[in-house]
Amino acid sequence: MRIGLFIPCFMNELYPEASMDTLRILEHLGLDVEYPFEQTCCGQPMANTGCAKEASVLAYRFLEIFKKYDYIVAPSGSCVSMVRQNYAQFLEGKDGFEHLRTHTYELVEFLHDIIKPDNLHVKFPFKVGIHNSCHAHRHLRLASMSERNEAPFSKIKALLEKAEGIEFVELTRVDECCGFGGTFCVSEEAMSVAMGKDRVQDHLKAGVQIITGVDMSCLMHMQGIIDRDKLPIKTMYVGQILAGGIV
Amino acid sequence: MNAKEKILANIKNNVPAIKEPMPQTNIAHVHFENKEEKFEAALASVGGNAITLSHESIDAFVAKHYPDAKVITSTIDGLTCKNKDANEQDTPHFLEDVDLAIVEGEFGVAENGAVWVKNPKNKHRVLYFIAQRLLIIVPKGALVDTMHEAYERVKFNTSGYGTFISGPSKTADIEQALVIGAHGPTDACVLFV
Amino acid sequence: MSQGHPELAEKFIANDERMHWHDKALWFVRAKRDNASKGVAEWEDLRDCAAKIKMHTIDHLDSYLLEFEKNALAKGIHIHWAYDAQEHNEIVLKLLQEKKVQKLVKSKSMLTEECHLNPYLEAAGIEVVDTDLGERIVQFRKEPPSHIVLPAIHLKKEDVGTTFEEFLHTQKGNSDPTYLTRAARVHLREKFLNADAAMTGVNFGIAETGGFVVCTNEGNADLGAGLPKLHIASMGIEKIIPKLSDLAIFTRLLARSATGQPVTSYTSHYHAPVVGGELHVIIVDNGRSDIIKDKDFRQSLQCIRCGACINTCPVYRRSGGYSYGYTIPGPIGSTLGANRNISLYKTLPFACSLCGSCSNVCPVKIDLDQQLYKHRQTVVAQNLLGFKKHTILKVATWVMKHPKILDFSGKMARAIVPKLPRSIVYSKANLWGKQRELPPFPKQSFKEAYQAKKGDRK
Repeated sequence: MRIGLFIPCFMNELYPEASMDTLRILEHLGLDVEYPFEQTCCGQPMANTGCAKEASVLAYRFLEIFKKYDYIVAPSGSCVSMVRQNYAQFLEGKDGFEHLRTHTYELVEFLHDIIKPDNLHVKFPFKVGIHNSCHAHRHLRLASMSERNEAPFSKIKALLEKAEGIEFVELTRVDECCGFGGTFCVSEEAMSVAMGKDRVQDHLKAGVQIITGVDMSCLMHMQGIIDRDKLPIKTMYVGQILAGGIV
Repeated sequence: MNAKEKILANIKNNVPAIKEPMPQTNIAHVHFENKEEKFEAALASVGGNAITLSHESIDAFVAKHYPDAKVITSTIDGLTCKNKDANEQDTPHFLEDVDLAIVEGEFGVAENGAVWVKNPKNKHRVLYFIAQRLLIIVPKGALVDTMHEAYERVKFNTSGYGTFISGPSKTADIEQALVIGAHGPTDACVLFV
Repeated sequence: MSQGHPELAEKFIANDERMHWHDKALWFVRAKRDNASKGVAEWEDLRDCAAKIKMHTIDHLDSYLLEFEKNALAKGIHIHWAYDAQEHNEIVLKLLQEKKVQKLVKSKSMLTEECHLNPYLEAAGIEVVDTDLGERIVQFRKEPPSHIVLPAIHLKKEDVGTTFEEFLHTQKGNSDPTYLTRAARVHLREKFLNADAAMTGVNFGIAETGGFVVCTNEGNADLGAGLPKLHIASMGIEKIIPKLSDLAIFTRLLARSATGQPVTSYTSHYHAPVVGGELHVIIVDNGRSDIIKDKDFRQSLQCIRCGACINTCPVYRRSGGYSYGYTIPGPIGSTLGANRNISLYKTLPFACSLCGSCSNVCPVKIDLDQQLYKHRQTVVAQNLLGFKKHTILKVATWVMKHPKILDFSGKMARAIVPKLPRSIVYSKANLWGKQRELPPFPKQSFKEAYQAKKGDRK
């Protein structure tokens, strides 16, 4: 099984450690992982701003770089959702696209659905609040949605539960958007921040120490608010927790 | 082209070639072990109440529960408590002073506390809304589980008016505070007889 | 629209206390909806079924409209067709003038809001009274509804109290909702009894029977339509459903989605005029048949106007109905507004974080977030995004096509930005940094670290 690792462009530049943890987890599980150097951006910021032409170019690039792998794994729910939900408009019928669409996974879902590790040998004695980032949540279906009449489940929780000492904290709004929203975070700056503050407050009031999730972009937005307002809470990419036991 | 032709032509032009078939609408749905209990609970949740009459007459029930009602009207034959003929005039405005209207309902719906009211004997449909209080008489045991069964019994082969009434008139338009008695009846009791 | 959604939202958010009050009020409605929907085991099947009925109906809309007309005429209901808002308003006025109507009572109809009927009739000297309590409140205040189901949700009870003091002479300072509702009851009873004609909207038009259904909690539609000799109902072409029995599906979904009630207090079926009266239905297009042709947006015609998408929308809850500048706010309003006039409503497709909650509460499963995503492409295609934004994204795309340039830019940024004074990094141009810190810049990119690591191994 050859895995192509996709690191979102902003994570490559700003979050090398969280990115490296993703790689470490996969390699630690004995998987054959390759990071193709020519990769850049999946095109999501362009697509979400309506720039279809630009997004299409980057989608095509992504396909050409990654179609040769058995699986493509990325530490990002929204980039994976871009591939699965939105690439069809640009790539439908193109050679290798159907494989790409069905074999691109977000890290947690890849571990949960495909690899199914028994034990992660991680200790994490903290009160954790899960941020169900919208695209991972509602497009990739990483957890049951509060809107739907369905049996509760959470792939993130199912994995994190393997960490020793971890304590999950219940929120009042389990899957409300944090307001990052890609370019929304600047085009609707006031709204984005208002939403982010409310999300952080929900975690704070519930007694959360660490907010975690599968989208570093949402966490970066909330961390930006936390740092500006000097709040006693921290965000951590889920991979950083899961990689904690790897020496 | 007139408006009708323009609209229809535009629709015809724009609908897709491959069309969605009509789905099966008789979907599997809930059935209640105790329809009476469910009906009462559902009605209570929307500010109404349901009572089953045991021995006493409707007249006795009205005398006991509506002592202040001065003007009482009904579409039900043989009641002695009524003192106004709801069908007397052709214009309904004379019903504005009705304190209590006693009307017939065909059946209740357990899932939502609604009663189907479609009474060809009643000349003025506004009676159900203009009366200050409403008492709906429903045959004992006339209950269905859900709206699926309800609509099996509802027919409009001929012209007419019918309504599902679920509790009293209400509003929450001021700061989401539930207020019973908006424009219509301030209470709507369902009496199983 | 002089100001777009971001600016109007910013103003709404500036009043933090009121913004959070609004958010909580709507969240409360959403929570009631969740509770009600979870009480119905077959909820998701109902949604599937409702969506398919609506899709089927729209795909066959011409024949269903004709069937509706035929059956309505057979029952003595008059049918009119209006291609646009102007024609609709003219038909209404003509009917009213024929009957010498001076006073008209109306129950809630977003369609007549869309057609701006009230000012049109008022200009012709007709008194128009909106009888839904929330609508009457905003009518007194000369405001449009800020929500399609809860027209006065933006007002606190004290605001309503002040308004009623002015118009209904209620006690000064009394803002008790029951007291105020009773005052409106007395006031509106008089309006109902003196009306010469009534107008209602239509929740569902039934092709099979030629009748229609109006749902209210207050009973204002029935009280209004049951008294005068003339009842005019305005119906958008998309309100048609094929069969009477289809109402089982829709009535189970509508109120639960809207307010969390198991059903509205009144679900009234009109298949005849009142004794000695006339019943008219105006079938209105006003741009709807154009939407059918676009498969990306056709589903928006499935809407049954429950308002669930509005209640769940994290943006609407924090920006209020007026921030949209369109008759219908929230996700459904944003897609309908964009369909109507993309240039005028160009900020609405972006008044959305693409969270997708709306599509999942929608009882007829409209892909609302996908529609807004697609509308953004129309904004760009019509050169409405704005030169600056578009250029930034074009340049970014060019950089993303050249990994070496990207790597170099990243390296430079990581080297330079941390050395810059805060006043430069957090200048006005940095919208991110207005209320948020940037993440600390690392020494190395992942790619550099990866190269180093692989190099070590070799």
